[in-house]
Order: sequence, then structure tokens, then C-alpha cells
Amino acid sequence: MNDFTIWDMAQGLLLSARWTVLLSLIAFVGGGLVGGLLLVLRLSAGAKVQAMIRLYSEIFQGTPLLMQLFLGFFGLPMLGIEVSPWLAASVTLTLYTGAYLVDIWRGCVEAIPRGQWQAAASLGMSHGQQLRLVIWPQAMRIATAPTVGFLVQVVKSTALASIIGFTELTKAGSMLTNAVFQPFIIYSMVAALYFAMCFPLTWYSRVLERKQGLALKR
Amino acid sequence: MSYAFDFSDLSQYADVLLHGVVVTLGLTGVSTVLGGALGVVGAALVLRGPAWLRWLIAAYIELIRNTPFIVQLFFVFFGLPSLGIQMGEIEAALLAMTVNLAAYAIEIVRAGIESVKHGQYQAALSLGLSGRQAFRYVVLPQALAAVFPALLSQVMIVMLGSAVVSQISVQDLTYAANFIQSRNFRSFECYIAITAIYLVMAILLRRLCNGLGSGLFAGQKR
Amino acid sequence: MISIENVSKWYGQFQVLNACSTAVRKGEVVVVCGPSGSGKSTLIKTVNGLEAFQQGEIRIGGTSVDAPNTDLSKLRSHVGMVFQHFELFPHLSILDNLTLAQLKVLGRNKDEAADKGLRLLERVGLKAHAGKFPIQLSGGQQQRVAIARSLAMDPVAMLFDEPTSALDPEMINEVLDVMVELAQEGMTMMCVTHEMGFAKKVAHRVIFMDHGQIVEDERKDEFFANPKSERARDFLAKILH
Ligand SMILES: Nc1ncnc2c1ncn2[C@@H]1O[C@H](COP(=O)(O)OP(=O)(O)O)[C@@H](O)[C@H]1O
Ligand SMILES: [Mg+2]
Repeated sequence: MNDFTIWDMAQGLLLSARWTVLLSLIAFVGGGLVGGLLLVLRLSAGAKVQAMIRLYSEIFQGTPLLMQLFLGFFGLPMLGIEVSPWLAASVTLTLYTGAYLVDIWRGCVEAIPRGQWQAAASLGMSHGQQLRLVIWPQAMRIATAPTVGFLVQVVKSTALASIIGFTELTKAGSMLTNAVFQPFIIYSMVAALYFAMCFPLTWYSRVLERKQGLALKR
Repeated sequence: MSYAFDFSDLSQYADVLLHGVVVTLGLTGVSTVLGGALGVVGAALVLRGPAWLRWLIAAYIELIRNTPFIVQLFFVFFGLPSLGIQMGEIEAALLAMTVNLAAYAIEIVRAGIESVKHGQYQAALSLGLSGRQAFRYVVLPQALAAVFPALLSQVMIVMLGSAVVSQISVQDLTYAANFIQSRNFRSFECYIAITAIYLVMAILLRRLCNGLGSGLFAGQKR
Repeated sequence: MISIENVSKWYGQFQVLNACSTAVRKGEVVVVCGPSGSGKSTLIKTVNGLEAFQQGEIRIGGTSVDAPNTDLSKLRSHVGMVFQHFELFPHLSILDNLTLAQLKVLGRNKDEAADKGLRLLERVGLKAHAGKFPIQLSGGQQQRVAIARSLAMDPVAMLFDEPTSALDPEMINEVLDVMVELAQEGMTMMCVTHEMGFAKKVAHRVIFMDHGQIVEDERKDEFFANPKSERARDFLAKILH
């Protein structure tokens, strides 16, 4: 019964890590779309829409992701909407990621000095042109480092999908622990795999930050 | 889609809810105090300690920042006992939360210390304060004032993240949610209500701390 | 009181101080001037051990600054220092700025320290501001507080590193007035400053530095009447226009 080798366990975990990667990608791409759309609305729509967007990010940032997942997975069926763990996790994580990204990106746009808008306006550009031609390109440059940094948080947050029964890396770790009672080794390996996914992102975001710091000094 | 919302019978679980709130706030409070203290000590060591210790702390920070909290929690609760380190759910939750918060706090406090101009330290030394006194009375208060908002939002993240301790049977607020919905089968209302309680706690905590912060750091608006 | 002998200091390959020697006697006021980057700040900070040096010796009242058995904190508590950017502690009220080191270093009790602090604030004309925070004062006021903060330690000598160069012109005199008064009371002072009016009024000697060297170290009248080196002449011409 207990004849799993460490290599067998590692292989099983490694395979399940694919789902972590996939779910992270879905959340990031989906969240990026949501965040981008909301950002445009925040920069151009009326006060009412802006307030609603603020409320949305406040709620998703001010409540536990686990509760959001529970609401998506156990709550929606009560309303007659059947969802699989896959769908619930994808949708919830997308909304969660979007709520953070819209804030991060808005911060980047606001970091562009007022003078840049005024200079663009003085050249006769419309609001849309000011945003697209002058502000965007500059904001994108400062946004890369924090966005890549946030990607680490996205990857880590997918671990909570295990609790609603989505079999990704963390869930695979728990299941394996139940089969082969070696929690110390298994959770060490799970942690190592997350580290292997996250650390390169952390490192890259730091490199970007440093580059940008130098660019700003010049 | 004609679902009739019914929050009415939640009131009979008031004591369960209250217990959950107390546990969640208690865990957050204790890990904030411990993690914050470790953050200050760790930051001082990162800046002044021997090279091997700096290296060790840097490795610890990277490890924590690049793995999910839930895995850290499971490692502490399920993994450590196989090394002979036994502990209850509450202790495991506290340990995991403290270790997690401390890693971020070290980074935050270190950045705060570095933001204090070197001239302040020199001025303190020139008055005859020892290096330790200069750190304690001159550099640290300014560093903490500068990073207070960042520390606060990290505490908030830890509080919201603590929802997963319900998975090792700690009877926190999320545990209460699961308990209640397994009794009254009204999971949607139940999760909505408890999510709202978390939101209110987060907002109140921020209010409280902001008030506290502006009182503590009076006169230092930058 | 202060003796500096053959002091040299390097940052890597770059020599900031090159065999500097001079002495400040008790009650003497010495002004240090020279172009920016010539090592004036570095020299004055070696005197109370804020900057280390690799060669030579500095003694204050017979105590060597960099001897391993010297209690540097104690030595610094007897030597006041005033910085270019004031360096008041922004998180403490004005009065607390004056009492912190009295309490923690000299071990005075609270009343004693506050009493002393208030008397010194009165002396620099800022008693009414005791409860404010540094950010609420003008630059000139902050620098006067900084001087009072040093005086609260009953220093045997005072070091000044360009105390007026970060100030708006209209505030320079209020700070210089306090310094002149101190000099006239017989305080031992070493002042890095380009305020030649101040030098002419109260200095006993003027030191001119360039490229980490003490190029001239003369009695005041001598220095202004006929500076020996070309570099000092140029410098004076520029600064006195
Ligand atoms: N930490 C340091 N590392 C390297 N060079 C330094 C450092 N601090 C000062 N210097 C250099 O030493 C020289 C003397 O500096 P300083 O004493 O501040 O000059 P001054 O006060 O006369 O303007 C300058 O050329 C400066 O660039
Ligand atoms: Mg200087």
C-alpha cells in the first residue's frame, strides 16, 4: 500500500500543477479583461458608474476569497444556476483578479503627472486621444512591474479552489496525503512547486521595478 | 429563478456568529502583535545583522511570499506533527498566520527604515545616543509612521486570508458559516450574511487603525 | 580642546581627506570654508566620530575619537553638532526634541530636562513654539531649535556644518545672530560656513580647504588681508564678489 516512491508522488503533483497554471491563466486573462474594461469606464464614465466600480473592487478586496468561492459554488445553485467547481473557480477568480487589477492600473494612470494631460490637451487632443496617445503608453510602462507582481497573488489564490473540490496542486496534495500518510514530504513538495511557479514572477517583477527606478532617476 | 430570500432564522445562530467573529478577530490581533514585533526585529537584523542571518531571513521571506497561505497552514498543521511537533488547531493557525505576516512585515518595515534619511541617524548619534537608542527613539518611530498604511493593509490581507483556518477546524467566522448552512440549508443567505460581516470588519478595522495612526503619529504629516 | 593630526580618509580609491592637521583651542572660533566637495563636511564629521578615518588621530579634550576603548556616545554628548538640514526629529514636539537626549543620555529627570529645554528655547526666542512639531516652523526657526537642542547637552564645543546654507536669505541672520552670541560668550566653535561676515565678526582663525587638503589655516585678519594661495584668493573673490 505504501509503496509510492517520492518520485511517484512528485509526478502526481507535477501533473496536477498543470491545472493550477491553467486556472491562473484563466483568472489572469479574464481578470485583465474585466479590469481593463472597468478602468476605461472609471476614466471616462459618469460619477454613478465610477461609484459602482469602486464598490465592486471594495467588496472583492474587502472580503475573503474563500467566501467568494463559497458564494459562487454553493450559493448559485440555490438560485437555480448549476455550476461545476471549474466554472465557479474560473468566474470567481476572474472577478477577484479584475477587482485588484482595476485598482492597480488606475493607480498607474493617476501617477502620470497632471501636466501630461494638460500638455496633450493644449495640443488640441480629445480626451480619448490624450488617454490613448499620451497617458496610456506611459502608464503601461509603470504598470508592468506591479502587474507581474500581482500575478504571483493570482497563482497563490488558485490554491483556494481546492476547497470547493477543484483538483489542482493543493487538492492533489491533500488527496495524496490521505492515500500515503507522508504529509511532511508531500506538503514540502507542494510548496516547492508553488515556489517554482511564483518565484520567477517575483524575480521578474523586481527586475522590472529596478529598471523603472533607474529610468525615473534619469 | 424565483428564489425567496430568507435571512430570518440567522438570528437564532447569533452566538455561533459572535463566537466566529471573536475567533477571527482574536487570531488576527494576536498574529498582528507577534508578526509586527517579528517584523521590526527582522528588519533590524536584515539591515545590521551578520551576513548568514540576512541570507537566512531573505530566504524565509521568499519562501513565504511565493507559496499560498493555505499550503503553509497545511504544512504546519499536518506536516510538522510527523516531525514530532504537535499542536492544536488554534496554535497551528496562529503560527501560520504569524509566520506569514512577519515575512511581509519585515519587508515593509525595512523599506520604512531605509526611507528615513541618514542625517536623522547622524543627528541622534551626535547628541550622544547609542546606535540602539538612535534606532529605537529616532529612526523606528519615523519608519513605522511612514509604512503604517502598508502594514495595515497587510494585516487586512491576513485577516481575510484567515478564512482558510476553518479547513483545519478552527471555529472562526467561516467555520460558523459552514456550520449554520449545514443546519438551515440556506447556504446563499448564510454566505452573503457572513461575507458582509467580513466586509464590515474590514471597514471598521481600517477606520479604527486610521484613527489610531493619525493619533499616534501626530504632527508628522508629510 | 580639539586636535586633528594628519587625518586621511579614503572612499575606496578616492581620497576625501589628505593629511589634515589643525587644532581648536578652548574658546576659539574657527571657520572652515572651501569649494563644494572639498571635504569640509567629512572633516567636521570625523571630529565627533560620525565619519571614520583611516589615518591620523583626532583628540577632544585629550580623548582619542577612534581609540577602541573610547565611549563614543559619551564623547559625542559633550560635543554639539548642527547640520545643514537641521535634522530635527519630525515625530517629536519641539520640546521633546530638546529633552530626548537629556533624558536618555544624560539621565536627567523629566522636569529638569523640560526646564532646561524651555530656558534654551527662550534664549533662541522660540519658547512659545515648545508644543509644536518641527514641520510647523520655518527653516530659520528649526535651525535655532537645532542649536538649542545641542546646547541642552551643555557641550564643551560646537560643530556647525553649513548651518545657514539651506535657508532662505531672510532667515540667515536670525541663525547667525544666535551663533555670534554663542561665540561672544566664549564657546569653542568649529564652523563650516561661507558667511564671511560672520567670520570677520567673530572668528579667530579661518581654514581654507580644497581637494581634501587644508590649504590655509590662518588668523582671520591675515586670511582676509592676504590669502597666500591662488586657490583661496579665487575662492574669496568669487564669494565676496
Ligand atoms: N559616502 C560617500 N562615498 C563616496 N564619496 C563620498 C561619500 N560622501 C562624500 N563623498 C565625496 O567626498 C567629497 C567630499 O564631500 P563633502 O565632505 O561632503 O564635501 P563638502 O562638505 O566640502 O561639500 C565629495 O567629492 C563627495 O562626492
Ligand atoms: Mg558639505
